[in-house]
Amino acid sequence: MKSLALKRSAIALPQGPGIMGQAVAQFGTLGSLIMGSCVAAWLIFMVIGPQLIALDYSFHPLLSLEQLGGPDDHFTLKNYLTLATNTLHRAVFLKTIWSSLLVTVLALCLCYPISFYMAQTAKPRTLSLLMVGIVIPYWINELLRIFAWQLILSDAGILNQSLMAVGLIAEPVNFRAGNTAVIMGMVYAYILFMVFPLYNAMESLDKNQLQGARDLGASRLRIHWKIVIPHAKPGMAVGCIMTFMLAAGSVAAPQLLGSPSSFWFTQIIYTNYETANWNLGTAYAEVLALLSLIFLFSMLKLFKLSLKDLL
Amino acid sequence: MGHCVDIENLTMQFGRYTALTEINVSVKAGEFFSFLGPSGCGKTTLLKLISGFLSPTMGKIRINRKNMKGVGPNKRPTAMIFQNLALFPLMSVEENIGFGLDVRRVSAKAKHKKVQGLLDLVDLPGAGKKSVNDLSGGQKQRVAIARALAVEPSVLLLDEPLSALDLKLRKHMRTELRKIQQRTDVTFIYITHDQSEALTMSDRIGVLSEKGILEQVGPPATVYNQPETAFVASFVGENNPIPARPVPDEITGELESNHCLAQTPLGPIQCKNPGNLPPQVPATVFVRPETIFLANGEARVNRFRHNQVECRVVSQRFEGPFMTMVLEAKDKTRIHMRQNNDGHQPRLNRGDATTISFKPENTLILEAAQ
Repeated sequence: MKSLALKRSAIALPQGPGIMGQAVAQFGTLGSLIMGSCVAAWLIFMVIGPQLIALDYSFHPLLSLEQLGGPDDHFTLKNYLTLATNTLHRAVFLKTIWSSLLVTVLALCLCYPISFYMAQTAKPRTLSLLMVGIVIPYWINELLRIFAWQLILSDAGILNQSLMAVGLIAEPVNFRAGNTAVIMGMVYAYILFMVFPLYNAMESLDKNQLQGARDLGASRLRIHWKIVIPHAKPGMAVGCIMTFMLAAGSVAAPQLLGSPSSFWFTQIIYTNYETANWNLGTAYAEVLALLSLIFLFSMLKLFKLSLKDLL
Repeated sequence: MGHCVDIENLTMQFGRYTALTEINVSVKAGEFFSFLGPSGCGKTTLLKLISGFLSPTMGKIRINRKNMKGVGPNKRPTAMIFQNLALFPLMSVEENIGFGLDVRRVSAKAKHKKVQGLLDLVDLPGAGKKSVNDLSGGQKQRVAIARALAVEPSVLLLDEPLSALDLKLRKHMRTELRKIQQRTDVTFIYITHDQSEALTMSDRIGVLSEKGILEQVGPPATVYNQPETAFVASFVGENNPIPARPVPDEITGELESNHCLAQTPLGPIQCKNPGNLPPQVPATVFVRPETIFLANGEARVNRFRHNQVECRVVSQRFEGPFMTMVLEAKDKTRIHMRQNNDGHQPRLNRGDATTISFKPENTLILEAAQ
C-alpha cells in the first residue's frame, strides 16, 4: 500500500522545479504573476475570508443593529451550546448523522455490485451503455430529479400503482411518511459519487488475480473479502466520504421528499438563516463541516489509508 | 505411471472461430509436458479448459480418471501459474503462499510449517515476511510456484511464466523449474511459444499449429529429429524447406527402404520418406542447417549417397562456436547452413562458389502444408 501511495503521489505532484518554476517557464513572469494573484484573490475573497467571517458570526450572540459593537457584543460559545441544550436540535442532529450513515451504507451496498460488474465483467458495449445510463440523469438538475421521486412515490405514483396492479398491496403505501422517501431519494441522487470511485478502483484490479484466487480454491465471497475489497479500499473510502458529506449537507431532498419526522439538520440551519439568526445558523454550519471532517478522518482510519491515497 | 490428464476429442469454438480442433492427448502422472505453438494457436485456451475457466464446445477432459465436466476451477486438482504470475500485491510472501491453505482451513501451525517448507523448496528461506512488491522477477516466480504447490495440486499448469524474465534469468529458471518438478513429482503442463524452453525442460512435447491442431506428441529429440508434419519441421528448430515432388520408384531404382528421390528446384534429392508419400504429391523437403556440410574438391562422393548442391555464398556470420552462412543455389533458392568451429574452417568470402552436401538420412520429405 505504501509503495502504491508513493507511486501515486509521484504522478500527482510535479517533481523538479516546483509549481512556480514550471508556471514561469510556461507563462512567463508577468503571466505567472497575474495568474498567481487571481488564484490568491479567489482563495482570500471567496474561500478563506467568508469562512473567517462565518466563524466570527458563530462565536457572537444574535444582536439587534443598535447593540452591535455594544457591551453585549462579546465572544460566546452560546450558539454551539444550544446544540447540546436544545433537545429538538440535538435529536435532529443525531438523526441526520445516523440517516446519512444509512444513506452511505445503502449506496455502498447498491454500488459495489454495479461497479464490480462494470469494472470486471461487462463487455465494452455494455459498459458504455451502463456509464451513459448512470451519467445521463446528472444532466438534469438535482431539484428536478428529486421532484421525479415525489411523483414516483406519491399515492397515485408509478410505484404504488404497479405494486397494487401486481396485487402485493391493497392500499397505496405512504412512502413519504418517516425517512423512507428522503433516504431513497438521496441514495439515488448520490449513486454517481459512489459508483465512479469504486469503479475506478476496481477497474485497475488485474483479472488474473481473481482467476488466481479462484484457481487456488477460494469461493466468490472470499475472493471479494480478500482480494477485491482490499484493492478497492481507497475507492470505497472516497465514495463513502463523498456520499456522506453530500447526504449530511443535503437540503433539497429532505425539503422536497421529507415528512415532519424526517427533519434534517440542514433544514434547521436553513430556517435560522431565513429567520435572520445567522449566528446560530453559522455555528450549526460549522458543526456540520466539522462532522464531515471527522467522518473523513475516521474513514481514513477505518480503511487504514492516508490522505495521499485518496488523490 | 498412471495417466493424470486425459484429453479426448477436445474442440473449442468461440462463435464461428475454432480455437482448438479435436485434441487427443494423455499426460502421464509426474510428467513435464509442454504444449509448444506459435502465438494464437489456442495454447492459453487449452490451459483454461484444463483449469476450468472455460468449458469445451466438445470433448472431454479427465483428471485422475475423473471427468471434469461441470467442475469449477476452485474444485479441480489443478493450480495455475499465470503469465503475469498474478501474485496478490497487498499480501506478504507468506500470505500469498498460504492463501490456498486458508481456503482449505488448514490450522495456523500446519500452515506455517507448510509455508516454510515451500519457501525452502523454492530457495527463498526467510523471505516470508517480505512484501511481494519488494521481490525481483525471479523471486516472484518462485513465490508463484510455491503458492500453486501449496494446495498440493495433481497438475500444475504454467502459462509461459518465464516470458517476462531476461534471457539469463530465464535460462536459470528453466533448470530450477525442472528441479522443482523432479523434487515434487507433480505433473507439470507448460505452455510456451519458445521452442528451446520446451526442448530443454520437457519429458514430452505436444506441438500445436496456429489452426489449433495438435500436430505431434513426443519426446523432445523425436519431435526435433523426426517431425511428422511440415508444420512441426518448420516450427521446431530451424529448417530449410525446399518444395518437392517424390519421383516414382521405377525411375529411381534401388534405394534404401523408406527413402525416396524427390524432384526439386535444386535437382534430385534423396531423402527419407517417413509418411510413404506417393509419387507426384506436392511435398516439401526439409534439411536442417546443422546437418549441411561443405563438400569441396576431394570430398565429392557418389551423388546418390550424398545430395550435393552447387551454390554461392551470400552472407556469413561468425558466432563464436559456429558460423552461420546463407547460400544461394543456381535457381536462387536460399539455403541456411551452420558450421561448427573447430578452428580449421576454410575461409569463404561473399560470392565464392562452393558445393554443399547433406546426407539422405538427415533429409526428410513431408506432405506440403495446406
